[in-house]
Amino acid sequence: MLADDLRCMGYIALKDLRAYYFKPPNISWGILLPFAFVLAFAIRNPGNWHELLPGLLALSLLFGTSSMEATVIVFERSTGALERLLLAPVRLPALLFGKLLGGAMFGLTVTTAVLVVGLAVFGGGDVQWLWLVLTLLVSALAFAALGSFVSVAVKQIFEAQTLANFIRFPMMFLSGVFMPVAAMPPALQALARLLPLTYTVEALHGSLYGGTIERIALDLVVLAAYATVLFVLAVHTLARRLA
Amino acid sequence: MSDIAIVAEQLVKIYPTGKGHPPLRAVDGISFEVRSGEVFGFLGPNGAGKTSTIRMLTGLSQPTSGRATVLSYDVAREITAIKKHVGVVPESSNLYNELTALENLVFAMQLYGVPRAERKARAMELLTRFRLEDKRDVLFASLSRGMKRALTVAAALAHRPALLFLDEPTTGLDVMSARSLRRMIAQLRDEGVTIFLTTHYLEEAERLCDRVAIIVRGRIVALDTLDGLKEYASGRAVVEVTFLDADRSTQTRRVEAEDVAIAVRQALEQVDGAQLVAINTLRPTLEDVFVRLTGMGAEVMLAEKGGGGGGGNAGG
Repeated sequence: MLADDLRCMGYIALKDLRAYYFKPPNISWGILLPFAFVLAFAIRNPGNWHELLPGLLALSLLFGTSSMEATVIVFERSTGALERLLLAPVRLPALLFGKLLGGAMFGLTVTTAVLVVGLAVFGGGDVQWLWLVLTLLVSALAFAALGSFVSVAVKQIFEAQTLANFIRFPMMFLSGVFMPVAAMPPALQALARLLPLTYTVEALHGSLYGGTIERIALDLVVLAAYATVLFVLAVHTLARRLA
Repeated sequence: MSDIAIVAEQLVKIYPTGKGHPPLRAVDGISFEVRSGEVFGFLGPNGAGKTSTIRMLTGLSQPTSGRATVLSYDVAREITAIKKHVGVVPESSNLYNELTALENLVFAMQLYGVPRAERKARAMELLTRFRLEDKRDVLFASLSRGMKRALTVAAALAHRPALLFLDEPTTGLDVMSARSLRRMIAQLRDEGVTIFLTTHYLEEAERLCDRVAIIVRGRIVALDTLDGLKEYASGRAVVEVTFLDADRSTQTRRVEAEDVAIAVRQALEQVDGAQLVAINTLRPTLEDVFVRLTGMGAEVMLAEKGGGGGGGNAGG
């Protein structure tokens, strides 16, 4: 049974990547949107360009991972294609993890491209590669889980897009992407601590510019907890909808 | 393999319908068996509970109560094992628009664990069988409705299932596509695949099925072989009268009565002075049985489904 789950998980992710993700609109959304935002802020406040690299990577990961993920399940439910997967010999958590994996793999691919360009433009500091890779992996899973939860929580594609943006856009401005969380008013700092993107930006900053391993590890634990909770919620929500 | 492919015992499915509305009892305590190798027809109007029954037997939904086994596996406890051995063709053709015909079949095989070395050859075999070999690299979205239906059946057969569920397979197809699909279903039966076929086309059930269950409002009102069901109606005489109406167009009426004399008299009353073309006594059809059991005519079923081009001619 586990072998069936693992096999289906992998093929569902690859099918989603081929059918939905590697399409020009998604690639441009994952790459251009974060660049546009970062450029706008950099022009407004020229100077600390390198400070923007963690935020740029975090945004690429957030949008690259969750944009399609947030709509793919509700889309397949509307076309009936999700039923094909539900009829296959795979358990629901494995099915959903396959979906999540597709989003995470796409987000990581886009973000890797942004990382290469970013390091070339901004230059690297004291990069801790192992922690950088771990941060990208765990963050991708957390954001894909967020996308999955959005996708199963609604009934229509436009609702999924609205809900995803309702979550992502405030998060983008409150998570230290454009200005450090420490510089925010105390109430907003408290709010920022509730948002997973805050921990991604923090862990990326630490792994790119010589932060302490303890701090990065703590950020990753929080992100892993987000990923787990959101994934479990998504599985339960989908199971309830299908009952 | 067991002689019995499906056993359903007192299956009930109730759907909540929201505040202020009573729950919908879609399936209301049905029991039946499907024998291995037969084509079992599940015949009923729209909303009778046909699709709800398939969904319970294939793990897409849980029975509210009752129990069922498919290929000797319990649907409540061993649904993953069941899924490995059954194929399902849902009412709508639901393959992936973004993938080609070949990619869709290969993906189906990947999900069911068909060995990598066999996938391409098996996919080409299926494409050839369903006369889609020249469409192998065409996106599913670009295929005609009949081709989509055929490819959906092909995908359900990708892992060589022992049991195939076909939910309204010819609904919405043109006559030629429907006829072609019925030929394929007959071939599968000849190859020993057990087939559970839901349909609202009486002629389709009559042509393809070994046994038929008639389901109305969630309950099975009759279950027998076609001959057995017709025997039920054979106590009645059926006469068909053809005549030309005032506009000189041909009209046909069917009359059922206790004996032939009464049926003929009633048929002639229907002609009512118009020009008589023919009058025939008929063997009872599945439609006669259906009308007698449910009080509905075939035209009611078709109207409920919005017509349906494929059902009118079940030939081939």
